[in-house]
Amino acid sequence: MDILQIIFWILTVMAIGCALGVVLSRNPVNSVIFLILTFFAISGHYLLLNAQFLAIVNIIVYAGAIMVLFLFVIMLMNLNADTEPQKSWLVQLAGVVSGGTLFLVIIAAISKANLLGVINKETTNIGLIKVLGQVLFKQYVLPFEISSVLFLSAMIGAIVIGKKDME
Amino acid sequence: MPIQYYLFLSLALFCIGIMGALMRRNAIIIFMSIELMLNAVNLLLAAFSKMYNDSAAQIFVFFIMVVAAAEVAVGLAIIVMVYRKVHSVDVNILNRLKH
Repeated sequence: MDILQIIFWILTVMAIGCALGVVLSRNPVNSVIFLILTFFAISGHYLLLNAQFLAIVNIIVYAGAIMVLFLFVIMLMNLNADTEPQKSWLVQLAGVVSGGTLFLVIIAAISKANLLGVINKETTNIGLIKVLGQVLFKQYVLPFEISSVLFLSAMIGAIVIGKKDME
Repeated sequence: MPIQYYLFLSLALFCIGIMGALMRRNAIIIFMSIELMLNAVNLLLAAFSKMYNDSAAQIFVFFIMVVAAAEVAVGLAIIVMVYRKVHSVDVNILNRLKH
């Protein structure tokens, strides 16, 4: 077992454990912290997959911007106590059973599939900013511009929704 | 490293996100579970991008991140607005559209 496989398993255990922590912890602030740790683990996986740009963007956008927004909202609502009423255990059991059933069904489907792909160890440069920028601004320039309009409308929408009523 | 390992990891993260969205009553936790599901899909796309040596999948991941950021901005604004109206983020209180 070489060093890359050891790092893979460490990151995998960290990602799944912290994802369970997000779902199971009672305090919403703890959930946010666990989610940030999950994002860091996923960024580590991106680095193992030679997606350096995605790793950095994942940390900046998700762990930096989005989770700070979540933390702000939680602190604004003063939710950092364990005051959340729980669903009945029957509903929780139904949630676990349906999620686990989906897991088993897809595992059964893909274990029969003929996936012979192997992620080889040699480094490629497809994840570098230079290569991604070439692809983004040659083939995908129209979706890129449209996503800027999406951002603008989302920004205006958030401001309009969050504004106090005038009456 | 076979591709199956990444498939199983992404699938586990996705199913944990689904369980979180079904089990919890706090709207913010449900939102975070949705983020978890989006990240599971992103990880699988990055793995296939490495496997096929094609950078288009990483562009898709980039666009998913863009959409997720816009979604979080609007969704959290809606949650703040709901909290201002009913002083709770419990999704069981928000079933008034039923009656």
